[in-house]
Amino acid sequence: MVTPKKTATPARRRSATTTLLIATRKGLWTLQSDESRRAWKLNGPHFLGNVVHHAVLDPRDGRTLLAAARTGHLGPTIFRSSDRGRTWKEASQPPAFKAGSGRTVDHTFWLAPGHASEPGVWYGGTSPQGLFRSIDGGVTWHGVDGFNEHPDRKAWCGGDQDGTPDGPKLHSILIDPRDPAHLYIGMSSGGVFESTAAGANWRPLNRGVRADFLPQPDPEYGHDPHCVRMHPQSPDRLYQQNHCGIYRLDRPSENWLDIGATMPKSVGSIGFPLVVHPHDIDTLWVFPMDGSSVWPRVSPGGRPAVYRSVNGGRTWQRQTTGLPASQAWWTVKRQAMTADRAPTVGVYFGTTSGEVWGSRDEGRSWRPLARHLPHIYAVEAA
Amino acid sequence: MIVRIPGLLRSYTAGAAMVEVTAGATKPDASRGASVDSVLMELDRRFPGLRFRIIDEQAAVRPHIKLFVDGLLVRDLAHPVHAAAELMIVGALSGG
Repeated sequence: MVTPKKTATPARRRSATTTLLIATRKGLWTLQSDESRRAWKLNGPHFLGNVVHHAVLDPRDGRTLLAAARTGHLGPTIFRSSDRGRTWKEASQPPAFKAGSGRTVDHTFWLAPGHASEPGVWYGGTSPQGLFRSIDGGVTWHGVDGFNEHPDRKAWCGGDQDGTPDGPKLHSILIDPRDPAHLYIGMSSGGVFESTAAGANWRPLNRGVRADFLPQPDPEYGHDPHCVRMHPQSPDRLYQQNHCGIYRLDRPSENWLDIGATMPKSVGSIGFPLVVHPHDIDTLWVFPMDGSSVWPRVSPGGRPAVYRSVNGGRTWQRQTTGLPASQAWWTVKRQAMTADRAPTVGVYFGTTSGEVWGSRDEGRSWRPLARHLPHIYAVEAA
Repeated sequence: MIVRIPGLLRSYTAGAAMVEVTAGATKPDASRGASVDSVLMELDRRFPGLRFRIIDEQAAVRPHIKLFVDGLLVRDLAHPVHAAAELMIVGALSGG
């Protein structure tokens, strides 16, 4: 295995304030910090009553925001703002499968701005698993046929009724900053797949990842990655939080390394989100949840803890200062944990019980930033 | 004809609860007469995006939406409508 040299990249100079986009089951809120990141102001809601699965700011222009929404009754759509959320317009052609395909998009689950050299390009991942692309900043969306029409897609993903209780999902759309045609996706279920042709070709990339819920212990695909991250400065470094542990991959190797085995046995290595340090390829955070018996997916023992590794997963430190010591049965979903890009990185997460917690010292201490919100699906730093 | 718009969709109609539509205004084949589908197409032409929120890409009524033509529950978009008919769009009872 190739082990990349550890590179600590300098923090980008930018406004010292942080904005968090908080997508919930009942609408979208934002949290805006002051320069010290001590004081936070909650704004919203936008789209009250809409199920907002993801909201993302385009880092290429710093002002375009996309939000993936649906309601309990109405079908899925995408809302778009070109002024950082002051005004919104609906996509004129939201993601939809081809007529006659027999497939329907239940909701858009994941939004990803495209490569820096392709302004206006966005990717969307849906439930059930579908990959969509926009070339006009999210106004119109078209299926990526190389995935949606691939003859093996159904074998990779299973049927549209298979997958997680909230519906099978295509998530973790990663674009190589060195090559706009080089993409990765994650699917629950399906596994991690790679394209070297802007989505026209795909192949599974799951070697070394367990899938102990399948009859075959080491299948080529069918895995359940919960969240896959690429290091923005060192894109050959990938991490994933999986249904069956935590893994690291250093390309060009194709063998994922199990880095969850070093987590405390009493806590385990199961969770949904994973966050990479924007300036250090070896530092990452996870939020473990109980994956035993019937998969409760809450903080083990009711004692929430963030775990950080500073050496690529060889060892882990428990980070709990400020978090409740007991009787806090939190669930944090796969998009609901993020980091800002400040020199001393801020780390943030939102719970399904509507609390947002933040650390302005890389997880050493935590405090609540917002409470009493609806079920949180996603937290993104803008 | 009259289309009754539920609260769920009035963001598309500038708050209007009732919209008058010329049935069959956008029907693809004039010889086949107006249908629920042609009414919804005309509605979408005037209020872009509305149709996809209630009819999916396979031309099926979405699970929690109900359409009534003159009080009759209709699932088939080819169901004929006459010029004086009333189409009522309803968000079926569900919530939480």
